[in-house]
Amino acid sequence: MAQPLVKKDDDRDDEAEYSPFLGIEKGAVLQEARVFNDPQLDARRCSQVITKLLYLLNQGETFTKVEATEVFFAVTKLFQSRDIGLRRMVYLMIKELSPSADEVIIVTSSLMKDMNSKTDMYRANAIRVLCRITDGTLLTQIERYLKQAIVDKNPVVASAALVSGIHLLQTNPEIVKRWSNEVQEAVQSRAALVQFHALALLHQIRQNDRLAVSKLVTSLTRGTVRSPLAQCLLIRYTSQVIRESAGSTQAGDRPFYDYLEGCLRHKAEMVIFEAARAITELHGVTNRELTPAITVLQLFLSSSKPVLRFAAVRTLNKVAMTHPMAVTNCNIDMESLISDQNRSIATLAITTLLKTGNESSVDRLMKQITNFMSDIADEFKIVVVEAIRSLCLKFPLKYRALMNFLSNILREEGGFEYKKAIVDSIVILIRDIPEAKESGLLHLCEFIEDCEFTYLSTQILHFLGIEGPRTSDPSKYIRYIYNRVHLENATVRASAVSTLAKFGAMVDSLKPRVFILLRRCLFDSDDEVRDRATLYLNTLGGDGSVVETDQGVKDFLFGSLDVPLVNLETSLKTYEASEEPFDINFVPKEVKSQPLAEKKAQSKKPTGLGAPPSGPASTVDAYERLLSSIPEFSNFGKLFKSSAAVELTEAETEYAVNVVKHIFDRHVVFQYNCTNTIPEQLLENVIVAVDASEAEDFIEAGSKPLRSLPYDTPGQTFLAFEKPEGVPAVGKFSNTLRFIVKEVDPTTGEAEEDGVEDEYQLEDLEVVAADYILKEQVFNFRNAWENMGPDFERVDEYGLGQRESLNEAVTAVINLLGMQPCEGTEVIASNSRSHTCLLSGVYIGNVKVLVRLSFGIDSSKEVAMKLAVRSEDGTVSDAIHEIVASG
Amino acid sequence: MGSLFGYRDSSPSVKNILLLDSEGKRVAVKYYSDDWPTNSAKLAFEKSVFTKTLKTNARIEAEIMMFESNVVIYKFVQDLHFFVTGGDDENELILATVLQGFFDAVALLLRNNVDKREALENLDLILLCFDEIVDGGMILETDPAVIAGKVATHTMDADAPLSEQTITQAWATAREHLTRTLLK
Repeated sequence: MAQPLVKKDDDRDDEAEYSPFLGIEKGAVLQEARVFNDPQLDARRCSQVITKLLYLLNQGETFTKVEATEVFFAVTKLFQSRDIGLRRMVYLMIKELSPSADEVIIVTSSLMKDMNSKTDMYRANAIRVLCRITDGTLLTQIERYLKQAIVDKNPVVASAALVSGIHLLQTNPEIVKRWSNEVQEAVQSRAALVQFHALALLHQIRQNDRLAVSKLVTSLTRGTVRSPLAQCLLIRYTSQVIRESAGSTQAGDRPFYDYLEGCLRHKAEMVIFEAARAITELHGVTNRELTPAITVLQLFLSSSKPVLRFAAVRTLNKVAMTHPMAVTNCNIDMESLISDQNRSIATLAITTLLKTGNESSVDRLMKQITNFMSDIADEFKIVVVEAIRSLCLKFPLKYRALMNFLSNILREEGGFEYKKAIVDSIVILIRDIPEAKESGLLHLCEFIEDCEFTYLSTQILHFLGIEGPRTSDPSKYIRYIYNRVHLENATVRASAVSTLAKFGAMVDSLKPRVFILLRRCLFDSDDEVRDRATLYLNTLGGDGSVVETDQGVKDFLFGSLDVPLVNLETSLKTYEASEEPFDINFVPKEVKSQPLAEKKAQSKKPTGLGAPPSGPASTVDAYERLLSSIPEFSNFGKLFKSSAAVELTEAETEYAVNVVKHIFDRHVVFQYNCTNTIPEQLLENVIVAVDASEAEDFIEAGSKPLRSLPYDTPGQTFLAFEKPEGVPAVGKFSNTLRFIVKEVDPTTGEAEEDGVEDEYQLEDLEVVAADYILKEQVFNFRNAWENMGPDFERVDEYGLGQRESLNEAVTAVINLLGMQPCEGTEVIASNSRSHTCLLSGVYIGNVKVLVRLSFGIDSSKEVAMKLAVRSEDGTVSDAIHEIVASG
Repeated sequence: MGSLFGYRDSSPSVKNILLLDSEGKRVAVKYYSDDWPTNSAKLAFEKSVFTKTLKTNARIEAEIMMFESNVVIYKFVQDLHFFVTGGDDENELILATVLQGFFDAVALLLRNNVDKREALENLDLILLCFDEIVDGGMILETDPAVIAGKVATHTMDADAPLSEQTITQAWATAREHLTRTLLK
């Protein structure tokens, strides 16, 4: 029926599948392109061929270099025709082909001719094409025309020049910046779109000049901006100015707020919305400022247009994160959106409601959500689950309804990420809401009965092993766990065996039954499962006698690994198999502080199951090896802590010196890292002379000078002090660098025979209390706190005086104590008035310390702090208080 | 050109405009951002956007969704699916205005016979439409009448000799007059 090669012009086929491009083929079209070379041009036919070529490109077909060049040269012939339609297609084609520099030259003159044509359409298009394909050199030739075009009375021409300017600014900023007078004039244009394009270009030209942008905004917000698009731009620039001037203006009325508020009454919806969004995003926005914006967004919520509803609910959702109370007025409108046809809108409405809802509305909300969960995608479900988790933490009394909801959705179909989000949420609820523990554990047990994800099964089993034995009736979990040993793959079986052993160790009454089960595992087909079973049977004394499990075994089974995994990994890598067994006590415990970005990412979400204890690489190893290689210091024992390097010189001085403090039980070693930055000098016998008169507890105990310090090769000199054992002695040391300096001939690099003694003053160094506290990450602070018990708890309150912000006060105390902030509590919401910060560390003498800091700030920026310390030793708790009291 | 996208303070920008048929195949597409560097990346994007929106009813009002950190606004008529994509942070209503401008301009140019067949037969007009709405991501024009007017100026160059005008060109002139009257 359909012929193999259907031409566009003839035989229209009435079949449904008819397409003018049916059976189109690149080779044939390239052949057809020969008509471009005909002396008598058939404009219509040429247009058709170009359309075909563009169709091919649009479908993803590519031309080889040769083909593209051929087509390009053929197309340039078409400038002879004066048919406007054809010319338009020629312009399009040239842009699509993006010719190379040497090809551009061919069309330049034709395009420049069009740029000066009487026909505005030619001029506008020629400008756009030429600016698209041109390079910098050509640009200077046509610059004059472009400047004229910007202020052309025809809006299409002006817009073409302005938009081209916006693109050229990326590649040739210095040229475009010369046009600012013309652009400025165009901003006043009566044509709406010209104003929009001119404003965009002018702002980009001046974007690095804050004052100029501020002036621009000031003058335009007073005047009339015609196009809604330009108005939107102006709103964006205004919020930029507000943001940048935020620091300089103190309380009182925000500049330009009135303008933004005025835009809320604009007739174009896009402007109203842009302004409302800008207001909600103002830094430290007040409720009074928010109200008018929330009101217009609320109106949008009941619009018939999905786009409006979406835009409004998305913005309100963001507001709800920081100002939940401001959004509660919209709750009724929001609830009707739960049944919105558009699932994106419905999800946003739900999560907003979950953030703003109060305790009484939870049950009703959950009922609505249940109906809705089945028909949304996994990615939305995860958002809902996370919102429910935070709701539950906010209203712990409602845990029953929320836990039921979570367990119901856990049974339904879903991918790994979704299931993991649910399991994580249940785990967090179990940890934080004691009442939810038993039901939560049972939900998890039921889940692993039918769980296809090995990772989740093993994580849940591990968690059961920790929490299960402490419940009122641990025996009911045994069945679920032992079922895993029968039905699962080796990985899950092995982890079930470990969990069983934990029940056996913790619950004496269950021991005989656990032993029976473990013995059955000795015949498992997998060696890991057998090994674990054997190990646990032996450590727990599975010879039949029911004995109390001794503390050592418990520690072995449950004690969390008290070294960072990364440190353990490096130690294991450097461990060479030898006679000596590997000793875990030699693995350094110091957690190196992490880069800020990483921390931020971590603190974003509360960590659930099996959050990987992200251990950063450590240099502690290196220090320990270095120090033990120096005979004078080798008998100092185990290195407790090495501080970060402290600079003792200003940047770019003759000699750069920094110091690292190494703390041992009875000694302190200062490691001075020196760099000589003078090419004409060689330093010899370099030592740091220290005056310790302000550090009474320290007695100098040895030094190791640096023999020679050539130019630009760092070297170290060491100084050791003795101090009372286990005492966090503090003091101030003044330092002087002493050395013999020898002149170096820069041409030969040889040093002179004789040197001169010289010295160089360094800055003082302090040993502070924080040097005696190791950072130690704790992943579940609440558990750790409960386990520590209140025996040596010390609580007191302190006034910290006036501070710039709460953030500053919290950071100061963390630095003073030198402890590890836990669970992301070092991050403070920008305008909160109170904050609780959790810290963990190890005090010298290997005493674990946990600190709970509660801060509050009042309107006059006075900060008060409550400090609660728990540790294994009362004197250590007191010492922490002393540090704070004296700090 | 990539730097045009992604600033919060920058001008509104469009990442792509898509016109797909009822099976998700391309009728005509135009990409302005480098987010989809290869043809296969583009096709994959089109496929997912098409599948995700297929079951929705976007025939009366334009619909919207978030997809891979982009805002996608779409509207269907007959066997044609219109899409406009912008960044995560873009003002949704501006993108909707672009879509509406494109949608209505195409309706004007195809004399309200908006379907795949008509669109393919007038593909040159559709491609010119893209060219008049957005230039390298920057919005050029959103008024459908103006867009269609600029696309439809198929007249002869004013100072061209009459002899060059053929029957076909006369036809084109006639068509343009027809469009003009429709626009009013």
